[in-house]
Amino acid sequence: MSVAPRPAVPAKPSSSTPNFAHERNDSVSTPPPPQQTVYDRSLARKRGEVSLSAFAYIFSEAVQYCHSRSKDVSELEHRLNLLGRHIGVRVLELTVLREGKNAKRETRLMPMLQFVHTHIWRTLFNRPADSMQVSTEEQLQYMIIDHRPLVTEYISVPRDMSQLNCAALVAGIVQSVFSAAQFPCKVTAHSMGTDEFPDRTVYVVKFEDSVLKRV
Amino acid sequence: MGVLSIFILSKAGGLIYHKDFGFGLKKLNNSNDYLVIAGTFHSVHALTTRVNPLNTHSSGLLTMEMETCTLHCLQTLTGLKFVVVTDNNQSNVSVVSSTIYEIYSDYVMKNPFYTLDMPIRCHKFDRALNQYISTVE
Repeated sequence: MSVAPRPAVPAKPSSSTPNFAHERNDSVSTPPPPQQTVYDRSLARKRGEVSLSAFAYIFSEAVQYCHSRSKDVSELEHRLNLLGRHIGVRVLELTVLREGKNAKRETRLMPMLQFVHTHIWRTLFNRPADSMQVSTEEQLQYMIIDHRPLVTEYISVPRDMSQLNCAALVAGIVQSVFSAAQFPCKVTAHSMGTDEFPDRTVYVVKFEDSVLKRV
Repeated sequence: MGVLSIFILSKAGGLIYHKDFGFGLKKLNNSNDYLVIAGTFHSVHALTTRVNPLNTHSSGLLTMEMETCTLHCLQTLTGLKFVVVTDNNQSNVSVVSSTIYEIYSDYVMKNPFYTLDMPIRCHKFDRALNQYISTVE
């Protein structure tokens, strides 16, 4: 996977040095001072908040882009899932980095699930997931439940695509977090709305057998 | 019940959303008539922006008072019109219409499945609108 190059940070204008201050003509509009970009901030900052509106518009365009290139709902979900995987590997690195001295590499299944449920969710959405369950039907299948997923807050799915859940992006993120931590798995997002939480989403995590052999 | 009815008009004058909130309101016989009312209002609004003795920009018709109800119109920078029909005692209608505009920008504009200038069919918009209108005194 290739990492996109970072945009060059604009250099500070030389006019701000005191030597040239007296030569500046105020009637000529000077370019605004370069604002601190997201790349200038320290990665260690605990709170990296972004605008929800900006995210919602970008995500809306991303869904439209994927939708126009997909022939059915499952392909659209797959494309959203792939988008999320690029995010997931970085989210894991960032979250562990921010833990600082308390950082720990999880090697066991339950602590890893707990880590995703609490810490990864907190990095992404500023709150832990609502609950976690073990599947009674299949071995190595777990469910992480979010009552109000942030990414689908403003999205009304039309009736003819009722099985679509745009939280497939988050499923992709979770899948790649687990895979990057050496827990290969498949994650899918399913809408299971209740009267109280119409957007309730269940992320089904199905680990591969190799995880069981190791544990 | 303050707010009786809400119409949203596209910039071309087409009716893209209509909902009645008042209890036991009379309906028009034909759903086409709602489109006609919207188109007519759009034209009247366009006329009123021109009928202006001062040589300045006019925002056009803002409110229309009748014996039993009042019609308020909010035109956005993009040409969209929010028409809110209330009873005559309703106060702070500008807050109501700008909040409806806010709900529209959240639940319609951020929805990837909505096509611009088409009728609004977003269940989350309906839900948010219902929830807000029920809190309006």
